[in-house]
Amino acid sequence: MSLTTDDVNKIAYLARLGINAQDTESYTANLSNMLNLVAEMSSVNTDNVAPMAHPFDTTQRLRPDQITEGNQRDNFQAIAPQVEEGLYLVPKVLD
Amino acid sequence: MQWETVIGLEIHAQLSTKTKIFSAASTAYGAEPNTQACAVDLGLPGVLPVLNQEAVRMAVKFGMAIEAEIADYSVFARKNYFYPDLPKGYQISQMDHPIVGVGHLDIEVEGQTKRIGVTRAHLEEDAGKSLHESFHGSTGVDLNRAGTPLLEIVSEPDMRSAKEAVAYMRKIHELVQYLDISDGNMQEGSFRCDVNISLRPKGQEEYGTRAELKNINSFKFVEKAIYTEVERQKEILEAGGSITQETRLYDADKDETRSMRSKEEANDYRYFPDPDLLPVFISPELRAQVKADLPELPEAKKQRFVTDYKLEAETANNLASSRPLADYFEALVKSSGCAAKICSNWVCVELSGALNKQNLSISQSPIDSDRLAQLLQRIADNTISGKIAKQVFEAMWSSQDSADTIIEAQGLKQITDSGAIEAIIDKIIANNPGQVEQYLSGKDKVFGFFVGQTMKASQGKANPGEVNKILQDKLRL
Amino acid sequence: MTIHTKTLKQLSQDLQAGEYSSQELTQVYLTRIQQHSALNSFISVTETQAIASAKQADALLTAGNASLLTGIPMAHKDIFCTQGVKTSCGSKMLDNFIAPYNATVVDKFNAAGMISLGKLNMDEFAMGSSNETSFYGPAYNPWADNTVPGGSSGGSAAAVAARLIPAATGTDTGGSIRQPAAFCGITGLKPTYGRVSRYGMIAYASSLDQGGPMAQTAEDAALMLQTMAGFDAKDSTSSEQAVPDYSASLNDSLKGLKIGLPKEFFDEGLNNEMAAAIETAVNEYKKMGAEIIEVSMPNLKLATAAYYVIAPAECSANLQRMDGVRFGHRCDNPEDLNDLYIRSRGEGFGPEVKRRILVGTYALSAGYYDAYYIKAQKIRRLITEDFTKALETVDVIMGPVTPTPAFDIGEKTADPIEMYLADIYTIAVNLAGLPAMSVPAGFIDNKPVGLQIIGNYFAEAKLLNVAHQYQQVTNWHQQMPQGFE
Repeated sequence: MSLTTDDVNKIAYLARLGINAQDTESYTANLSNMLNLVAEMSSVNTDNVAPMAHPFDTTQRLRPDQITEGNQRDNFQAIAPQVEEGLYLVPKVLD
Repeated sequence: MQWETVIGLEIHAQLSTKTKIFSAASTAYGAEPNTQACAVDLGLPGVLPVLNQEAVRMAVKFGMAIEAEIADYSVFARKNYFYPDLPKGYQISQMDHPIVGVGHLDIEVEGQTKRIGVTRAHLEEDAGKSLHESFHGSTGVDLNRAGTPLLEIVSEPDMRSAKEAVAYMRKIHELVQYLDISDGNMQEGSFRCDVNISLRPKGQEEYGTRAELKNINSFKFVEKAIYTEVERQKEILEAGGSITQETRLYDADKDETRSMRSKEEANDYRYFPDPDLLPVFISPELRAQVKADLPELPEAKKQRFVTDYKLEAETANNLASSRPLADYFEALVKSSGCAAKICSNWVCVELSGALNKQNLSISQSPIDSDRLAQLLQRIADNTISGKIAKQVFEAMWSSQDSADTIIEAQGLKQITDSGAIEAIIDKIIANNPGQVEQYLSGKDKVFGFFVGQTMKASQGKANPGEVNKILQDKLRL
Repeated sequence: MTIHTKTLKQLSQDLQAGEYSSQELTQVYLTRIQQHSALNSFISVTETQAIASAKQADALLTAGNASLLTGIPMAHKDIFCTQGVKTSCGSKMLDNFIAPYNATVVDKFNAAGMISLGKLNMDEFAMGSSNETSFYGPAYNPWADNTVPGGSSGGSAAAVAARLIPAATGTDTGGSIRQPAAFCGITGLKPTYGRVSRYGMIAYASSLDQGGPMAQTAEDAALMLQTMAGFDAKDSTSSEQAVPDYSASLNDSLKGLKIGLPKEFFDEGLNNEMAAAIETAVNEYKKMGAEIIEVSMPNLKLATAAYYVIAPAECSANLQRMDGVRFGHRCDNPEDLNDLYIRSRGEGFGPEVKRRILVGTYALSAGYYDAYYIKAQKIRRLITEDFTKALETVDVIMGPVTPTPAFDIGEKTADPIEMYLADIYTIAVNLAGLPAMSVPAGFIDNKPVGLQIIGNYFAEAKLLNVAHQYQQVTNWHQQMPQGFE
């Protein structure tokens, strides 16, 4: 499996990941190599195998509906890049 | 060409849990920005989701109410996209294994009952809110709402008109409140809807290309948006054009829909099972428990009201459509001991009318069922007439006083003492010889004149039955 | 015997006996950390907090209210959130992230009275096998110049090996505890998935990540795991299974122990000297009465392929929260929202993290999901079944941890694939969610070699017993790198 730089740019945009133009080629090569590595998977027939999402089959535990988290805004916003009047700020979003 | 409209709805009902679906922060509406967003809601590094059992219970309850298949096991998935109100960069939702499967709901439009299919209902978390005003060119993000549990209810494309769509939406709205799983508050965004609309030539099997109208939060707007969108699509199709599959926004101010393509830009959500959450098994115990807790549903209640209380179908339907209204009615019947018909009449006419006038819901009624019961009892035991009762009702509306207190204070007690009534009548007969003459010569209608005069003279307090009886006796002479 | 060469067990006895105070002990290690800062094993040293905690520990010790680990220094891999302390995860992205809460594991060690001396170096977001992807530069292997300590828990392994701390926490997603433990000649344990809470442990690949102890001996690892393990209501994937007393069974006899050797572990990819070292170790077990059985796990060869779909897929989503909005690196003067995302993430993440995000994003994207992600999950099941089948006939599985001893810094950075392939013996265990250990088992060219011991689900006590018995008849684990004795 071989990717083009266009493919990589598209994927990078989907992941909102800035990549320097001069590095695109090497990422493209890296990615193609990784896909070749994983292509080995096709050597095995898995038609009747159920996909396994978790190491073992257990059930989701459910939490009682009780409020135990209080207001920690000041604590959490102390590490935020930009806040005003309790809101996180981002560049203007156009609707 | 004759076009047929095809409509499917995706309704988002906010579940009325105390805490978020995956965190123990409060879901209360209207808090200061970001004061109810805990580390999990904010998507800080290292934190993990833990599922709220109440959200699961509510979803199962909804599923049972629409006679849907409840999944044995259900899986949460991540829906990936970047947006400032989505802190983790993915929304935890459900894709392949929703908690509620195929079900149905019956609606009534113009006297016709129609069954609408529900494809599925799944649990997911709500996003936060972006505030676009001010902040010198920046957008402010409030994540209090992030993580609030939503039940997304997806219908089959079974509706053929705006009226059907609204009837279905109302029915779901009524049902989630009935089940006590959502407050249905549309102003606060607890109940909103995406509408999928397409047209096809009448008689054609295959569906046309659809447009999706996003996030409409009133019945009126859903109806108007559908009319507007249908017109738009019709114009395009009749001009030989084709519809683009896209998301559109309904602008109520301009009464138009417009494309949101700019925001969509080929989203690839990359759904995959959330590895932080395990499959949810709906145990037989949980099913049994929910089933036992399931309230009587509107349809069953209506039937029971017809059978047990001998109400007209329409009245029964009216009362049964809202659980608090039905509860009020039944409480009234019980505590007043009065005939169900009289009770239903008072609830549907006097009480509902007064509530509507002031835009109040039944739960906000200034007169509770116990106070109203006393009033009805006073009619039944002839302390007051029905007409006076309306006067007492008005006084009760604006005070905390009981019916008895008002009747006493305003001297509204009915005159049943036949001596007193006789005295009034004697006076009237004496003062109106001409009318007596007319009556005796066969003009029966004049009888009403005497009743009216008597009631007037007694300020409405004379017992009408007694008045009739005495008048008939006296005028026979 | 100098203090810093002692095991946790010995330090515990000394503190309880009042041989020295926790403050004195803490100072010994803080001084060593400073002296050997060239190893670059620490990202942050929290001297002030450590001294304050040691004071409290001394009060408990004096009052006789101390528990076994009270007053003993340790340090956390910088992937565990520590309240009020920078938690960088080895990344520029989180270089300014002062965690507002503790990981459950951190809380547990605090409650046990251990003294955290700081945060240990690691590969960026735990993605790497050499510690070279760290934003803070590589940690160095104390055993040989210019050699990697392994990764991603490279700082933990280097610091324990150099006796800068008696024990540390690590995390293991594809071998990140076992491989650096092997490269640095210490004992590391990756517990069963779900045994140790992941809350507050910054996620790389959520269905594979597991925290565990890194220490000098199996006996010490047992003490550490005792503190770390257990159910946590804040982690849906944590197990409710009761935690046994890991120290109680350390001395059980290994007579009749069935050891499985997968033939796939000993094929052409394995360095001859490594094969010989493992064979020597296995012979020690034979002497103790163990029975050796060859087993076959035909799907093992696909582990790397499946891993490099599943782990990147999960990490691509896990790292989406790093968007420059609520915490972490934010680019200067973003033009618009997309610019904010693209540049903050572009600047904040290093190349290895970017590679994995890209591959993961691709593997999950429309049209490729079934061919990559679903296929990988199916192979994950096949591999797991290979293990469970083998573990029906044997008690533990043994083999190498790595194909070769520690490599040179820069040796494998040019070709990421070569680096990935070196994790061939460790990765499958994470896919299956099984527990496994790395135990020092000799040297090749003066570089340590690790023996891997894999057990059944929740059989940590058995693994520790098997490792401890080996350490009773060998002294590899007592060897110390030159200049650090």
